Amino acid sequence: MIKKEMIAMLLAGGQGSRLGVLTSKVAKPAVSFGGKYRIIDFPLSNCINSGVDTVGVLTQYRPLRLNTHIGIGIPWDLDRNIGGVTVLPPYEKSSNSEWYTGTANAIYQNIEYMETFNPDYVLILSGDHIYKMDYEVMLDYHKSNNADVTIAAMPVPIEEAKRFGILITDENRQVTAFEEKPENPRSNLASMGIYIFNWKSLRRSLIEMAEQSNLDFGKHIIPYLFDKGAKCYAYEFNSYWKDVGTLNSYWEANMELIDIVPDFNLYEEYWKIYTHSETLPPQYISEDGVVERSIVGEGSYIYGKVYNSVIGCNITIGKDTIIKDSIIMNNTGIGDGCDITKAIIAEDVVIGNNVILGTGDEVPNETEPSIYTNGLVTIGEDTIVPDGVSIGKNSVVSGNLTGKDFENNALGSGKTLIKAGDEL
Amino acid sequence: MRAIGIILAGGNTYRMKELSQKRAIAAMPVAGNYRAIDFALSNMANSRITKVGVITQYNAGSLHEHLSSSKWWDFGRKQGGLHIFTPTVTSDNSFWYRGTADSIYQNLAFLKESHEPYVVIASADGIYKMDYNELLEFHMEKGADISLVCSEIHDPKDCERFGMVKLNDEMQVVDFEEKPIAAKSNLVSCGIYVIRRRLLIELIEKCAEEERFDFVRDILIRYMNVKKICGYKIKTYWSNIASVDDYYRTNMDFLRNDVRDYFFREYPDIYTKVDDLPPAKYNVGSNVRNSLVASGTIINGTVEGSVLFKKVFVGSNCTIRNSIILNDVYIGDNAYIENCIVESGGTILANSYYKGEGAPKVVIEKSDRYVF
Repeated sequence: MIKKEMIAMLLAGGQGSRLGVLTSKVAKPAVSFGGKYRIIDFPLSNCINSGVDTVGVLTQYRPLRLNTHIGIGIPWDLDRNIGGVTVLPPYEKSSNSEWYTGTANAIYQNIEYMETFNPDYVLILSGDHIYKMDYEVMLDYHKSNNADVTIAAMPVPIEEAKRFGILITDENRQVTAFEEKPENPRSNLASMGIYIFNWKSLRRSLIEMAEQSNLDFGKHIIPYLFDKGAKCYAYEFNSYWKDVGTLNSYWEANMELIDIVPDFNLYEEYWKIYTHSETLPPQYISEDGVVERSIVGEGSYIYGKVYNSVIGCNITIGKDTIIKDSIIMNNTGIGDGCDITKAIIAEDVVIGNNVILGTGDEVPNETEPSIYTNGLVTIGEDTIVPDGVSIGKNSVVSGNLTGKDFENNALGSGKTLIKAGDEL
Repeated sequence: MRAIGIILAGGNTYRMKELSQKRAIAAMPVAGNYRAIDFALSNMANSRITKVGVITQYNAGSLHEHLSSSKWWDFGRKQGGLHIFTPTVTSDNSFWYRGTADSIYQNLAFLKESHEPYVVIASADGIYKMDYNELLEFHMEKGADISLVCSEIHDPKDCERFGMVKLNDEMQVVDFEEKPIAAKSNLVSCGIYVIRRRLLIELIEKCAEEERFDFVRDILIRYMNVKKICGYKIKTYWSNIASVDDYYRTNMDFLRNDVRDYFFREYPDIYTKVDDLPPAKYNVGSNVRNSLVASGTIINGTVEGSVLFKKVFVGSNCTIRNSIILNDVYIGDNAYIENCIVESGGTILANSYYKGEGAPKVVIEKSDRYVF
């Protein structure tokens, strides 16, 4: 008989639209992070480091990159005879076929998958957080409380609490009330979207709530269980945890990695983060190259100067180019004589010679002022930026561009230039 | 594929000096991220050879660890696979491998139980890329009994370490000298051969009967006038690392654009075991020029014209010049290292000074790492 004490279900189907053009072609969990990783590497590595060897990954939005990245799970040692990693897309049924309409609905549609492992506990994770957590410790806590549900929660500054789902607990950390984005929060314990359920309680509530539209854990399942008298506990987590849901928080989280001793340390031996690397060779810094306060991935060649930046794998940075406070993802080439400040450059981008990014005054973005802020220049995947162009702050650029797309070889601050390619 | 592969990885030579105390030549770290044997193994995989035997003997711990999983070279298939042959005591043999031919003889079952018509034999200390199918085509076109790969050397003194071959216009080997003081040609045998499997079995069994053990001396040279042995010239980069000087020079070759692009950016790739290390980190005060840096490395000082392998730590205000720093070396603040090869796992204390005069100096330091 197949038996796993706890299995994990990792929600990786969301678009993450607040990352703007970065997620126009890939799901948020597949976005690059920290030079060589993708966001999903963090929860996946946490799983294997916690001894959870059975993980269902629920995909929906643009899953190609995610699928190729995960493969059969070799990098995380999740290629198992029994269990391991399984990618679970929505599928057609003989009746009532639908997409995943909510977080809990996605789990509901995969009850069959979970049942094959006869689990006692199911761990629900989301694929868009950067953190290291031992889920085994959380499970021990769950068991010692005889809980039905344990919700990982972290204290946030009380003034920010209104952005989160807040847990109000008694002195034993048993939850006494929930508040979703409260105006006047009564506690500062924010739910992190990480849950351990007793399988039987989860299964029953999913089936009983199945008719609810957009079935969601925070909005429906947890309140339902709570109202039925289930024991809910908060598991307090006090280490580094970052939701990289917005461009600005994504940029900040990357920049934190280059501190001398970062809050989130990738160099610790005992809790490694694993990833699928396509590129193996070492990096090369040329005679005229300078790299300071930066991290650089495998196979990159640096002929220019790089300060305060996160550089991915297989990048070429040309001579006399200066890069500051920027993030450059894998397989991108940057020409000679460029000046790049505070840019986020996605994968497979070609930047010509003498290109200036991040120049001029800060003007709010004309189309998405809440996404493209903080003076960032964002360049989408597969973009070609022609020679000699200069681009202002709070701007976004994407597509196969030529000189004709620019007026006087310039794009002012706050502008959006998204040239649609051949959409399939 | 029409061939199986044999990689000879058991050897050692006094020319590696202290570097061989730690591991076999085949397991020597090369070019920041690789081990020497990765090149032969990747060539086999890229030539679609699916069944490979690796013969190990000398100090094979590190090598076996590197080969602990065959998935990195994609040999973990249902058909074929990666086979490691270490000497074992059997009912009719209690010897170590007494030579290359003997090492194949002791594993003759591997050859006998295969069905592929050809065998590609390669040594594990060559740094090169090659499609062995081209060698096989050449072999068949020439109607040769044995074909060997040869490469031109530029420094005539190098012949003292190699087998030197002379070819006629038909590319047939007419002369083969083992490690001559002065050679009649500038062609070295690279230690890469192709031969029919049945012929190899026959020659190896004959050798064993006559108590002869060496593939070059007792097969190539001895049969040169009886069998048709042809030489295939490799025109691309080839280097052998089996001496401290060559090891140093080969690593430094990777600082050249052409060599780097050829190995790192041109198809096909060289594969190696993945170590899951974070990106290299350059802190304030790091000043790296003309150097290769592998992942997991943290740099706070000056590095010029050097190759830094994985997980190296360079302290503040250090100067590292024209040196090779192997895996997992910790270098304390203010250290000065020039023209050295620093052995892996070493700890260089703060304020120390190492300089190789003339030839590169091998530095083995086992100081306590965390002295506060």
